[in-house]
Amino acid sequence: MLTDINHKRISANDSNLNQRLFADNLFYWIFRAAAALAILVLLGIFLMLVINGGRMFWDIGFGEFFFGTVWNPSAYGAEKYGVLSMIVSTIFVTLLSMLIAAPLGIGTAAFLADFAPQRLANILKPAIEMLAAVPSVAVGFIGIVLVGPAIASVFGLNNGLNALNGAILLAVMSLPTVITVAQDAIQSVPDSYKEASYAIGANRWETLVKVTLPAAASGIIAALILGTGRAVGETMTVLMATGNATAMPTGLFDSVRTMTATIAIELGEVPFETTHYHSLFAVGAMLFLITLSVNLVAEWIASGYRKRGQ
Amino acid sequence: MQGFTRLKNLALVVIISINSFSFGCQRSNVEVVTIKGSDTEVNLVQELAERFMENDAESSLTITGGGSGFGIASLINRKTDIANSSRPLNGKEQQLIDKQGFRVYPVIFAQDAIAVVVHPKTNITKLSLSDIGKIYRGEAKNWKEFGGSDTPISLYGRQSNSGTFVYFREVIVKGEYDATVKQMNGTAQIIEAVKQDAGSIGYVGIGYLISKKEEVVNGLTPVSLIADGKLPISPLDKTAILDGSYPLVRPLFQFTNGEPKGKSLQFLRYELSEEGQQIVTSNGYFEINELQKKANKELGIGLN
Repeated sequence: MLTDINHKRISANDSNLNQRLFADNLFYWIFRAAAALAILVLLGIFLMLVINGGRMFWDIGFGEFFFGTVWNPSAYGAEKYGVLSMIVSTIFVTLLSMLIAAPLGIGTAAFLADFAPQRLANILKPAIEMLAAVPSVAVGFIGIVLVGPAIASVFGLNNGLNALNGAILLAVMSLPTVITVAQDAIQSVPDSYKEASYAIGANRWETLVKVTLPAAASGIIAALILGTGRAVGETMTVLMATGNATAMPTGLFDSVRTMTATIAIELGEVPFETTHYHSLFAVGAMLFLITLSVNLVAEWIASGYRKRGQ
Repeated sequence: MQGFTRLKNLALVVIISINSFSFGCQRSNVEVVTIKGSDTEVNLVQELAERFMENDAESSLTITGGGSGFGIASLINRKTDIANSSRPLNGKEQQLIDKQGFRVYPVIFAQDAIAVVVHPKTNITKLSLSDIGKIYRGEAKNWKEFGGSDTPISLYGRQSNSGTFVYFREVIVKGEYDATVKQMNGTAQIIEAVKQDAGSIGYVGIGYLISKKEEVVNGLTPVSLIADGKLPISPLDKTAILDGSYPLVRPLFQFTNGEPKGKSLQFLRYELSEEGQQIVTSNGYFEINELQKKANKELGIGLN
């Protein structure tokens, strides 16, 4: 250790050094504790979700929970705790939002990285990052008063509170993540690749599509996956814009209710320590696992491309 | 010299503000009462509370919405003094309360009427109660089945934490709601959505349908209701609501954990007084009837 060497060299010196070493050690442990705290909190959240959620299985079978399509915890007749339609709704809205965000995000990232003049990029980049700062309630409000009616009139529907509305808003919300990460990936492609491409007569479009984007592919995929993670966990926007019907979605224009919206709607009303309460924790645990694995996969892919980039 | 005067003035201001600050602190005998629950009741109770606090400087009432289910859950979890609820306790809630060993005092302080509303383009002006049940159970898909225009039916309702959601299900739907019912955050959102959607039907508290100037909200049709073999009755017919012939009238409750005491009791009594009941009426709700007055009196809360 560095401090040991210093210690030997200046060992003749006085308590001043000891003081400095003490401060050094103290801050080493403070920062270490701060880092450990983050992990502890994460672990604590996970344990709490799993322990509370797991107790639901005393009352409901695995099969009924995961494969039941009816979620009706405050029923007129028998209560039903099937999460399948809300899982399908969540995945449906999220994938749809990525279908919208992918071309927009990758296109913008490529433009920013390779084509935009520096001055334009200097304006665009902060503007895109500002998009991430818009509160989700405000985005949801836009969904109700603007996007919803627009969808209704474009497609000749009676109302615009549906999966498509939620997906469009989620796409907008995940764009900053997608663009920032994809742009980094595209910029980290070595110039020599592009120079080689130009040298054999390829134009800029061919170079982008056939050389730069494939070379940056893993980073771009990581960008999309991180965007997915952002979209899966979003609550307020989908709660406001998708209409929250609990039915299994059959198409773009069906009203859907996602896992996050279900927790947000129902957690306020449940008495503690009931089946309903525990099943909401189980839904939360599933969401946690989904976003955790999405982030791990993105990290894994991104680390792969970083190594190759070197 | 001038600078010194200014300093003196400043010192004076500081002393005065310190004084008023400590005076503010002396009001620590103010009793805080929290009230949570029904979104149907929240605006009404808010106004009642404001008028109550005008007369009583030693009380501080905070009122929040969230739905009847939320209010009752808060009462059970001991996070509120009074729970607003537009429905009675259900069996599960009663069980939890019995298990914890306390008694709930249900006070009825007002009555509310529910109106069924549709978009004008459906061409519907009246519906029988059983037809509305059919519509909400998802057994009918188009308005032409009921003599309306050829428009698919689009269902709007509240979320399950709402007392109106439960009341409407018990009285009209008598089964499970169809899973395609769009669950809105509040009554105001149902009204906005029904206005925009040409095939819509929704249910709302009548207080939301009529403005303070006694005008009906534009852009939607209040549906006249037909109970078995009777004449259609409009939700705008006040006498029908007061004499009980309009079918969707319900009591509005306030629950306390154990016998209400102190400011809670005073506030409940204020609501039941003549002045309180006048506020109830001027907000588009209805005063309690003789039977309900008697029930309150038996709880030891009602007035003569």
